[in-house]
Amino acid sequence: MATTLTNELPAGAPVVRPDVTLTTLSEDVSSRVLMRSAPLWWWIGFGLSFALLMVLIVQMAVLFIVGIGVWGVEIPVAWGLAIAEYVWWIALASGGTIVSALFFLTRSPWRSATNRIAESMLLSAAPCAGLMPIMHLGRPGFFYWLFPYSTVMGVWPQMRSPLWWDFICLLCYILMSIMYYYAGILPDLATVRDLATTKPKKIFYGILALGWRGSVAEWQNQRIVYAIMSAIMAPMVISVHSVVGLDYAAGLTPGWHDTQFPPYFFFGAVTSGTAVIVMLTILVRWGYGLQSVLTEYHFNAMAKVMLVGSLMLAYAYVWEAFGPLYSSDVAERTEFLHRAFGFTAPLFWSEKILTVIVPQLLWLPVVRGNQVLLFLISGGIIVGMWQERVVFTTASLEHNYMPSYWGNYFPTLWDWATLAGTIGLFLTLFFLFLRFAPIISLAEVREIIEDEKAK
Amino acid sequence: MAVFGPRANLFMTAALVGVFCVCVFLVAAIWVVPLVDYNSQQQFTPEQPIPFSHKHHVSGLGLDCRYCHTTVEESSNAGMPSTAICMTCHSQIWTNAAMLEPDRKSLAENTPIRWTRVYTLPDYVYFDHSIHIAKGVGCTECHGPIGDMAMTWKANNLYMSWCLSCHRDPAPHLRPKDQVFNPHWRRTDSTPSGDALLVQYHIKTEALSDCGICHR
Ligand code: HEC
Ligand code: HEC
Ligand code: HEC
Ligand code: HEC
Ligand code: HEC
Repeated sequence: MATTLTNELPAGAPVVRPDVTLTTLSEDVSSRVLMRSAPLWWWIGFGLSFALLMVLIVQMAVLFIVGIGVWGVEIPVAWGLAIAEYVWWIALASGGTIVSALFFLTRSPWRSATNRIAESMLLSAAPCAGLMPIMHLGRPGFFYWLFPYSTVMGVWPQMRSPLWWDFICLLCYILMSIMYYYAGILPDLATVRDLATTKPKKIFYGILALGWRGSVAEWQNQRIVYAIMSAIMAPMVISVHSVVGLDYAAGLTPGWHDTQFPPYFFFGAVTSGTAVIVMLTILVRWGYGLQSVLTEYHFNAMAKVMLVGSLMLAYAYVWEAFGPLYSSDVAERTEFLHRAFGFTAPLFWSEKILTVIVPQLLWLPVVRGNQVLLFLISGGIIVGMWQERVVFTTASLEHNYMPSYWGNYFPTLWDWATLAGTIGLFLTLFFLFLRFAPIISLAEVREIIEDEKAK
Repeated sequence: MAVFGPRANLFMTAALVGVFCVCVFLVAAIWVVPLVDYNSQQQFTPEQPIPFSHKHHVSGLGLDCRYCHTTVEESSNAGMPSTAICMTCHSQIWTNAAMLEPDRKSLAENTPIRWTRVYTLPDYVYFDHSIHIAKGVGCTECHGPIGDMAMTWKANNLYMSWCLSCHRDPAPHLRPKDQVFNPHWRRTDSTPSGDALLVQYHIKTEALSDCGICHR
């Protein structure tokens, strides 16, 4: 797989540019972490993100004090933006795992320099996803009832419900992701520790590095652990996102009760997750001046992943239409017509354009090589996926079986505050990762450099 | 610049083991804390305005529960005795006892006595005494050995798990109907078995632990 990718690229496009050597790489990347003061763009970005995070805090305070009525959710549409955004965030996070774990197993060389960005993104997005259902509980203080714990109530959670699987999946997924990230970054933290010049930094990174010395035995163990974890993470992320799909598919609502949901959700995760990594990679590359490490090779490969993802989505969209139209179920059909030509039609069609039609430009090598276009297309995919999640969450509830029970969903100001606030949380966390942890996997890129030399 | 001494790794390992132990402890605490009597107020004896003794009035004088808890058979509430009920006897005996001063005051001023609740359920739980009495569940199954209590104390935790432990398998808790109010009843060889009583009372256990039974 890796070789076919290499063959297609123009001759002078190595994974990592030849001017990068083992020492310059370590010093270059570590210096971003160890520098005394962050660059101006970091402060500006962090400041803006932090301001958005404050929006989240205010929104949550209002939500918890007043109740979830401040959102636009009501009967019949009891699942609104918050649930749609839960799916959206978890899809973005899943994309991080797909890039870092799935493509580790396929030994794709482009994954080495981007996996840390992908994982940092995943760890920043997962809390945003996790917050959504908790905020949606109405009585968030009781979220611990989800735990299989029965001393007081004498009943267990309903273990046949996908909503409960979802909770377990998400919990395991976040915990595994943290461990996976840590297992990968351990040697890099040791590099940073060794290059640190001040005592507090030496202590901070020294503790995080857990006494890593770089002995052969340590490397060997680390590689084995990492490979095993990748092998667990890759199928796990598929199951996590499939279970999110089952949350809907197990509901008897027209438009949701559909066997294609688990893979359909996963296709969305591949596409939008890679898109957000592309955007972040472009920004990090520009901000930290890492042009030699993050090359055309990486963007080319990720653009292709997005392209494949959008084709898979196209397939799912065909079935989204075919199922209800072919079936003789009146409710399914009216729901689909409402979705495509009713209240949600503008979102429905722009979503198809953004996630399927526009990405077809990625067939052209010129587009794959142009970072501005890549950035715009990726942004479009992410917005489109957001629209898709919103459309299928709300449209089905708007047009349930009983016509007397129909009604449209209008988000309120607080719904938008939730969206803005979680974006703030995401970016704040990402900026912190950017500042305090090496954003390129030193250990793995070193391997790539050695490989290139050997060629 | 050596920042870490030779023992640093040892400390780190110890710290990690410590963190692990704290986590295990916290999880165990979540399970154990609700079971502590202090939390459920089990065994707890609240102060009462008059130190009324069930031991004396029920076991000693042989009064039936329904003499004072008048509505227990037909209503969801057992009902607390009115001042007038106490006065059926205490207008004649112990008329000057200091202990009974609130009683007399209540009669004179026509205000009810404010007993401190021992058993209370949250408002979102639907409970009904009459059905339990009608199906042969004795008072002491839920209220403990009340005939021996000088002061009333809480004999169970009233958690949902407690209600369910009986609703899932009521048979061992059933008794013949004429023994429901007997605070000293014991199962003997001649008592019909729990299962026989279950059939006799037409108790259907399938639906008895459905959420809607208690949360309406
Ligand atoms: C002479 C009247 C009298 C009789 C007879 C009587 N009680 Fe009571 N009971 C009271 C009074 C007064 C209280 C309130 C004071 C207290 O809680 O001790 C009370 C309280 C209780 C309580 C606690 C209620 C609460 O939540 O505060 C229970 C349970 C109870 N009685 C059960 C019984 C049972 C069972 C019997 C029959 C075996 C019985 N009682 C017979 C007068 C009586
Ligand atoms: C059937 C009659 C009867 C009724 C009804 C009755 N009592 Fe008594 N009570 C007695 C007798 C008899 C005594 C004293 C017995 C003794 O000391 O030997 C007594 C004693 C008491 C005492 C003294 C303390 C003790 O337990 O020795 C208190 C307090 C008391 N009763 C409270 C009440 C209250 C409150 C009520 C109403 C809920 C009530 N009683 C209803 C017959 C009754
Ligand atoms: C199935 C268990 C159960 C049985 C059997 C039972 N109780 Fe109760 N009892 C309760 C519970 C639970 C409460 C608290 C009710 C509440 O807070 O609404 C209570 C409350 C009471 C109270 C306080 C006043 C009230 O009505 O809330 C009295 C008095 C009482 N019970 C008396 C009796 C008597 C007398 C009997 C026997 C005839 C009896 N109980 C049988 C469970 C039981
Ligand atoms: C000791 C056994 C026992 C305990 C403890 C008990 N119950 Fe019951 N309960 C029964 C039995 C037996 C029935 C009668 C079932 C029937 O009608 O067939 C019953 C019936 C009921 C019913 C009426 C069911 C109906 O069909 O409408 C309610 C409500 C109820 N219980 C609530 C409670 C609550 C709340 C608690 C805990 C505070 C509780 N019970 C504790 C034995 C128990
Ligand atoms: C036999 C009666 C009974 C049945 C059946 C029952 N419950 Fe309960 N439930 C209770 C009681 C009593 C409490 C109050 C417990 C307490 O005060 O700690 C309670 C409390 C709860 C609470 C905690 C509420 C809070 O705010 O703390 C929840 C949640 C709950 N029940 C859910 C359920 C569910 C779900 C079911 C069906 C599987 C169910 N219950 C069936 C009696 C019952």
